[in-house]
Amino acid sequence: MEYTLFIMLLPVLMFLFLGLAGHKLKPTLAGLLGTCSLGVVTILSYFTAWTYFTAPRNAEGAYGAITVFNFQWLHFTQNLHIDLGILLDPISVMMLVVISTVSFMVHIYSMGYMHGEKGFQRYYAYLSLFTFSMLGLVVATNIFQMYLFWELVGVSSYLLIGFYYTKASAVSASKKAFIVTRFADLGFLVGILVFGYYVDSFNFQIVGASTAFHIGVVSDAARVMIPVALGLMFIGGAGKSAMFPLHIWLPDAMEGPTPVSALIHAATMVVAGVYLVARLFPLFIEFAPNVLHLIAYVGVFTAFFAAAIACVQTDIKRVLAFSTISQIAFMMVAVGVCTSVNPHQGGLGYMASMFHLFTHAMFKACLFLGAGSIIHAVHSNEMSQMGGLRKYMPITHATFLICCLAIAGIPPFSGFFSKDEILTACLEFSPVVYWMMSIIAGMTAFYMFRLYYGIFWGKEAEHEHAPHEAPANMTLPLIILAGITVGAGFIPFGQFVSANGESYLIHLDSSVATISFCIATVSILLATLIYRKPQQPIADALGRKFADLHRAAYHRFYIDEVYQFVTHKIIFGCISKPIAWFDRHVVDGFFNFLAWSSQESSWSIRGFQSGRVQQYASAFFWGIIILLSVLLYVFFGGVCA
Amino acid sequence: MEIQLQYYLVVSCFMLACGIFGFFVRRNTLAMLIAVELMLNAADINFAAFNRYLFNDALEGHFFTLFGIAIAAAETAVAVAIMINLYRNLNSIQTKDIEDMKH
Repeated sequence: MEYTLFIMLLPVLMFLFLGLAGHKLKPTLAGLLGTCSLGVVTILSYFTAWTYFTAPRNAEGAYGAITVFNFQWLHFTQNLHIDLGILLDPISVMMLVVISTVSFMVHIYSMGYMHGEKGFQRYYAYLSLFTFSMLGLVVATNIFQMYLFWELVGVSSYLLIGFYYTKASAVSASKKAFIVTRFADLGFLVGILVFGYYVDSFNFQIVGASTAFHIGVVSDAARVMIPVALGLMFIGGAGKSAMFPLHIWLPDAMEGPTPVSALIHAATMVVAGVYLVARLFPLFIEFAPNVLHLIAYVGVFTAFFAAAIACVQTDIKRVLAFSTISQIAFMMVAVGVCTSVNPHQGGLGYMASMFHLFTHAMFKACLFLGAGSIIHAVHSNEMSQMGGLRKYMPITHATFLICCLAIAGIPPFSGFFSKDEILTACLEFSPVVYWMMSIIAGMTAFYMFRLYYGIFWGKEAEHEHAPHEAPANMTLPLIILAGITVGAGFIPFGQFVSANGESYLIHLDSSVATISFCIATVSILLATLIYRKPQQPIADALGRKFADLHRAAYHRFYIDEVYQFVTHKIIFGCISKPIAWFDRHVVDGFFNFLAWSSQESSWSIRGFQSGRVQQYASAFFWGIIILLSVLLYVFFGGVCA
Repeated sequence: MEIQLQYYLVVSCFMLACGIFGFFVRRNTLAMLIAVELMLNAADINFAAFNRYLFNDALEGHFFTLFGIAIAAAETAVAVAIMINLYRNLNSIQTKDIEDMKH
């Protein structure tokens, strides 16, 4: 399967080409080139998936992990070396399909959305860079390669959020995203180093692919330290996947172009944290189940927190951003509630998480692209500028509705199936988590339909000219993604991906399915009741009654302000300022004193170089006289005395 | 009256002192050169006198004297050449005018 190398090479070559020569090309040509290369990548990815999943299973009934390429890049010790290569196993192949599909859709969509923008070629170059980095991340053969590409996706995310670099808010949002994720990645790096020190390997094959693995004999010290290392690595994952309290960058990242939000901040990059946990899943199960459950609790809180905020935001992209945080937290919870690698006994969550990752990527990308086409039509992100758009934008409306139903968990759309698996996994773990997640699922349905009614129904805003449907190259990706959303639920996902690789037949737990369906329906009806009409007396009354809560949620529970306080007042004010003072006055002062004193002394002795020959000669003469008398005293003084 | 070694030494001391004094006080480089020659000649006299009175059967002192004279001539040639160049460039051979290289 050597052709998988082209999946990696094409985007990076396209990045170099468009980045270096793009400005000489016509924008449309550059866009077409980028899209075509991504099309080839998509076809190759599908072909890889087809070949991989049609190949016979191994003796344990699992799809084996295949290392297509692996060459040593940095050598530390006999066992400890950093390789670069391509690893194919069920989850990486699944991610290849997700990334290439969404990226391809976004490439097509951007042809319409970004039409006429300054820096169109640069935009496509960045998209290619991002796609390359993300693909490299998922096929990494070892944790260090993953880290390298992990940082590369961070860079391309930074570049794309700050694409409108003349807009101050975009610039600060890109910096915020980069700094927050980079800060979290410090935990990741330390985790990798601790892990490498105690386990003496970076390689996933030994560290554990999703298939069965054995780590061999580990010392007692390693048994203590591996959970620490895994916890530190999860901090990196939490940063990328916007888990509380490292989620603050994601809502601001919406400053980037909307297709970028769809690609990076909804479907692919933000699920890297989930992917990381899934990749290290066997290790978590064997050495650190407690860390895994901690991840689940962090996920539950994040899901609830983000859903609560999403209920009151008015910027449609912000609503979707908080919804993304909440849904990624669902995936984290699903992985976190696993207690074994057997999908029949507590290992269901792994499969459910990957399934939800897959379906969520499709419908959330579709929602974001739909939001983009709405923003394209009304030139605003605010819900107050929308309303009643269903008449003007029928295709966007239909696809948006399908995806809203999917994320709300209404059968037969894909979200229902994956969310049902997650809830079933939660129920196996603990009823409390299950009920929490069910309620959050209900909140999801509520805020998504609040968003839906706010955009397409409700009070019609005044428009300078009537909004119109987006061009075909923007609606086509919407239709394709909505189509996938309709059908994806019926994919027998458990046969491809499961915690121990064995084929697992997805079956719906009827009570869980009924309860979740009822909750979703009630939430949707509630949202319909409150938000469908132009006049919204109930919403206003609720807003007045819980004014403080509403304000707090609208301001995202003041987490940004807390960060502002911690960084500016505490870190900058109490730590950085004294250190800066010390540096400026004590360290610099010492060297300034050295420079000052040598300069002063040289000024005072420069008079000796008078240029007058006789002065030199007399100094020479008297010097000789003095030396001579000293010598005479030393050698003959005693004799005379 | 027999001429003794001390007489020579007195003369050479006087010449050396004159040379040093002249070197310090004269502001004309030509005059300073003459003072240097006086000092060299004082040394030559010493060599010749010591050789004649203390080591009569040796010749090294006389040779040194001859060397000294030759070196003095060479040195004078170089010094005069420098002075000519100084005069061409600065229109003066006074030491107060030759202090461009200071500091």
